Amino acid sequence: MITYFSRTFLAASVCVIAACSTTGGGGESEAPKGNLTPAPDQVRTIVAPETGLSKADLFALRDPASPLSKRSIYFDFDSYVIKPEQRLVVQTHGKFLAGKRGVKVVIQGHADERGSREYNLALGQRRAEVVKQTLTLLGSASDQIEPVSFGSEKPLAAGHDETSWSKNRRADIVYLGE
Amino acid sequence: MTRIRFLATLALAAVSASASAQLSVEITGAGANRIPIAIANFEGERIVSQALVSVVRADLERSGVFRLIEPGAAPLGETVALNYGDWRSRTVDGVVVGSVLPLAEGRYDTRFRLHDVPKQALLVAQGLAHASTPYQLRATAHRMADTIYEKLTGEPGVFSTRIAYVVKSTGRYELQIADADGANPQAALASREPIISPTWSPDGNKLAYVSFEAKKPVVWVHDLASGRRHVAANFKGSNSAPAWSPDGKALAVVLTKDGSSQIYTVRVDGSGATRLASSPGIDTEPRYSPDGAWIYFTSDRGGSPQIYRIPASGGAAERITFNGSYNVTPRPSPDGKSLAFISREGGRFQLTLMDLSSRQTQILTDSVKDESPSFAPNGRMILYASESGGRGVLAAVSSDGSVKQRLSIQAADVREPAWGPFVK
Repeated sequence: MITYFSRTFLAASVCVIAACSTTGGGGESEAPKGNLTPAPDQVRTIVAPETGLSKADLFALRDPASPLSKRSIYFDFDSYVIKPEQRLVVQTHGKFLAGKRGVKVVIQGHADERGSREYNLALGQRRAEVVKQTLTLLGSASDQIEPVSFGSEKPLAAGHDETSWSKNRRADIVYLGE
Repeated sequence: MTRIRFLATLALAAVSASASAQLSVEITGAGANRIPIAIANFEGERIVSQALVSVVRADLERSGVFRLIEPGAAPLGETVALNYGDWRSRTVDGVVVGSVLPLAEGRYDTRFRLHDVPKQALLVAQGLAHASTPYQLRATAHRMADTIYEKLTGEPGVFSTRIAYVVKSTGRYELQIADADGANPQAALASREPIISPTWSPDGNKLAYVSFEAKKPVVWVHDLASGRRHVAANFKGSNSAPAWSPDGKALAVVLTKDGSSQIYTVRVDGSGATRLASSPGIDTEPRYSPDGAWIYFTSDRGGSPQIYRIPASGGAAERITFNGSYNVTPRPSPDGKSLAFISREGGRFQLTLMDLSSRQTQILTDSVKDESPSFAPNGRMILYASESGGRGVLAAVSSDGSVKQRLSIQAADVREPAWGPFVK
């Protein structure tokens, strides 16, 4: 029983990780009917995303003094326009990414809690897309960057005022394999 | 009655099942001209351990359409000869009497009559000679209330319907299904990741929803009786905002596989994704009109989020809302004559109703953070998410704004309500 349980759980975690990396490709819909145990060929895709980050890259990303340690781009309410004061963050990462084809990032878009959850999900996606567009203009390849959205579902700041909302209207640049 | 099986799904194995706390319903406003009725204690009701008459009373009172008159302590059986003059002097319009008789195998026969006092006649001569187990008595009571409601208002009641909603407690999201009065909550799905946008199939057997369990939004279709579910849309990017076509064969969904959020249709099994409209910005929150002719949706194509509609087969979009800079979440009424949506005005997000022929709008609430409106299948009430004391609660308001209820769960956030269809 215990063995069965842990095996099922392991398989389930694997499936989640596999579903998580959806970069590139035609993006065909997978529709497992009822049976949620992943097929053996799915299980083989359990490899952690390959990181093209060198030790020096990691150091630069993590050094609080480095401009690369800033990963968030903030937006106005119901807006997906990158504000002038936010451009430097995007440019810094754009230049960094442009020379490193093996490095991949996920851009996670967020919205504050106000208004429609579905509209906020679309808004977060748009914020992530806009950051991706800017990064590509700066020389990154499209397949290096996956934009995703959590809408207003995962607020960083829990308050119900502008101070919290302004922190939650953002896009985060997340390096894979960091 | 369909029992919803709890489904332990992938990645949720570590989430343990817990007894679901029940929604408590509080009436915060009632209609002005309520129909005075008395529902007598039923003869023989004492032999059943489950509440019956009290459920009928609570249903009718909650609707805001009736004023319950104290019937007196003495039980009045189904065939009792009513003293109409006596009831008329107490200005009662309807009197319900009834009996519960034990049958074999622990079942009960429940019968009632509805008397029209002014006409001194029977409105329901023999209601629901109904054999039920104790477990089914609540459902029997809801059906009695539906019959009484329909006889006295001319519209079908919704007391036998069910609602779906999402409960968020620390680190845990549950998609729950409950009776329309909040009783019998069952978890259809539990997850550590958000669940949003549940919506009922037209036959009431399935729910479509968006789950983030794969660390990104994916649209699922979930069969409630079997607990089985399948992915209906999992393309690159976000997959969200499912809406059932009135024939139950297709879903309108929002995908970002080709760029920003755009509306597509897919068959319920997830095949045949077809793009329905094109805009440079955001299109989302599609919802079919009940006749299937239109799809209403939210779009920022004009510079701010506003409501539009397009023919369901595709075509030119027509803008529906013009007041203010934020009108979202369109929900056509079951008769197709009006549209509920959320409108932002002076920093408040409020439930608003538009008459689709005159395009006149009316704000129905005085709250600040309304979301996700959902019509009762008879169109009388609109269930929506709101906030009270910093917590998510559900609220319901009649489509004329007079009747108000609040549904909350102690120490948990409740959100994303969806009112199910009539029970066949």
